[in-house]
Amino acid sequence: MAVIERDPAPPTSAAPGAHSVIVRARLLRRSRTVGVTLVLAAIAFALFVGTMMIGSFTVTPWQVVRATFGFESDGGINYVVRDLRLPTAATALAVGLAMGLSGIIFQRLLSNPLASPDFVGVSSGASFFAVGSIVMLNFQGELVSVAALVGALLAALLVYVLAWRDGITGYRFILIGIGVSQFFLAGSGYVLSRADVYNAREAMTWLVGAVGQAGDTELRVLLVSLAVVLPVVFVLSRQLSALELGDDTAKALGARVELMRVSLMLTAVVLIALATATAGPMAFVALIAGPIAARLVGSGSSALLAAAFVGAIIVLTADLVAQHALPSQLPTGVITGAIGAPYLIWLLVSVNREGRGG
Amino acid sequence: MTDLEIPPPVAPETRHHDLRARGLTLGYGGVDIVHSLDLDVPDGKVTVIVGANGCGKSTLLRGLVRLLKPRAGTVELDGRPLKDWNSTEIARIMGLLPQNPVAPDGITVADLVGRGRYPHQGWFRRWSAEDDEAVEVALAATHTTELADRTLAELSGGQRQRVWIAMVLAQDTDLVLLDEPTTFLDISHQVDLLDLLDELNTAHGKTVVMVLHDLNLACRYAQHIVAMKEGHIIAQGSPTEIITAEVVHEVFGLPCQVVPDPVTGTPLVVPLGRHRP
Repeated sequence: MAVIERDPAPPTSAAPGAHSVIVRARLLRRSRTVGVTLVLAAIAFALFVGTMMIGSFTVTPWQVVRATFGFESDGGINYVVRDLRLPTAATALAVGLAMGLSGIIFQRLLSNPLASPDFVGVSSGASFFAVGSIVMLNFQGELVSVAALVGALLAALLVYVLAWRDGITGYRFILIGIGVSQFFLAGSGYVLSRADVYNAREAMTWLVGAVGQAGDTELRVLLVSLAVVLPVVFVLSRQLSALELGDDTAKALGARVELMRVSLMLTAVVLIALATATAGPMAFVALIAGPIAARLVGSGSSALLAAAFVGAIIVLTADLVAQHALPSQLPTGVITGAIGAPYLIWLLVSVNREGRGG
Repeated sequence: MTDLEIPPPVAPETRHHDLRARGLTLGYGGVDIVHSLDLDVPDGKVTVIVGANGCGKSTLLRGLVRLLKPRAGTVELDGRPLKDWNSTEIARIMGLLPQNPVAPDGITVADLVGRGRYPHQGWFRRWSAEDDEAVEVALAATHTTELADRTLAELSGGQRQRVWIAMVLAQDTDLVLLDEPTTFLDISHQVDLLDLLDELNTAHGKTVVMVLHDLNLACRYAQHIVAMKEGHIIAQGSPTEIITAEVVHEVFGLPCQVVPDPVTGTPLVVPLGRHRP
């Protein structure tokens, strides 16, 4: 009987210097992530300063920076920068950061590019409660933020509970999220139809999203919570890289899967809720920031911070376009919607083509 | 076969462990799948769990690594029930390759393997030279070093499975459990993979527990076979002792002859079938 010897496995492993190659590749990946993130941060800062320069009265970048940080002595410039333009610019920056971060956390947690909080009902829950509190309860200021936060948490809880079946899968979560989203949108529509003209106008902001009308209190709440949540997110990002491997592998690696998933989702929900409470839903920012950032920093790197900056860049740019580039001023959300909708269509088509709908 | 230089494992001597199930009942929803089962996993050996589809072998494996909570009974590691262990501590002793592991889009091999280091990293300590070394050893042991910079999606099925095993190896555990690691591989890659696992056992001293479908490969690679049927263990022991025509008939309902494998002398199951006697 003929015995055919199997080919020996190629002796490629443990080649001399293999160690340094792997370490070098890892360092290279990390320096790309750091480099890209720094460039994105610089662009976001440039746009932040840029939006405060332009207008009926032009200010130099240096004056903007000095006035922003309180070193400008000229009262006129101080007034234009600090009182007129800084609130809008700071809102755009903070809302963009929060939405970008929230979006990528959802997307990575549910392993699906469609799973952004504005897609799965969290934003619309926040909108519905904000609109409802304005129209039905005459809420103002921080009470609207609180209502939006409650709405977002309730929406997230509802989706989580309905989608939970021995764990969470991205596909089921998204489908149920879309249903919940429609439910809250319908609710917002109903509430608006019952509102008087003045309230309806104010509540309209909550359906489209605009950085211009943000109240001081909401902005301050958002800035403080960003300062609190950002460090938490970076501590939790290690958990995210285990959870991404699926519940079984994550558990086998020793991660406390349910606890960590709920914590991460909670931080993401708080971020999107406060951002929505400040500037309205702002279509598609959370959806597109993450994938863009991931593409820029390269595969397998933590794109969390990069996604936050991409979010800020999108909102700041949309605000610039909405305020200055068009014949009449538009709400910021209209511009982000116009950028985001084609992306969404492309995403749906390409996801479908690759046959990984879930 | 040329001598492959396999670097020594990161932890120089493998510690001995005692993994056992006592009166273990496991199930999903309202249905019990494994019934009041006792099992001692032999330390330092390759154990293979075999049985027909739905006999509870994967469920048992999941129960052994605490992916499923016991309905009744316990799983004990070194004399202590798993529920009394810290989950990170267990993850430094037992690693698992699930049946259908998932990876994020676009992840590279080196990154994926590096994630096996999770239980060795604290909340704030990120990456150390020790982690680099463990990843390097894991890649070398699975012959995937040259794939390190590729993305998982680019790899063939056999390569991908090796990379997953590398991730479990980077976890640097003394026990390695695998749920049907050869599914979706052709026969040549199945043998490659089992050779690799055998190597982990002999060269690195790991205790290996896996679920396999192919009885003949199980007989060849296992030092200890656990044959299950309907949530019970029908027979266990060395392949030569327990794989007989009677046992195969009882476990799989398959009439067969058992002859010695011409290469290794281990039992070779030759099915009779109904129409070609």
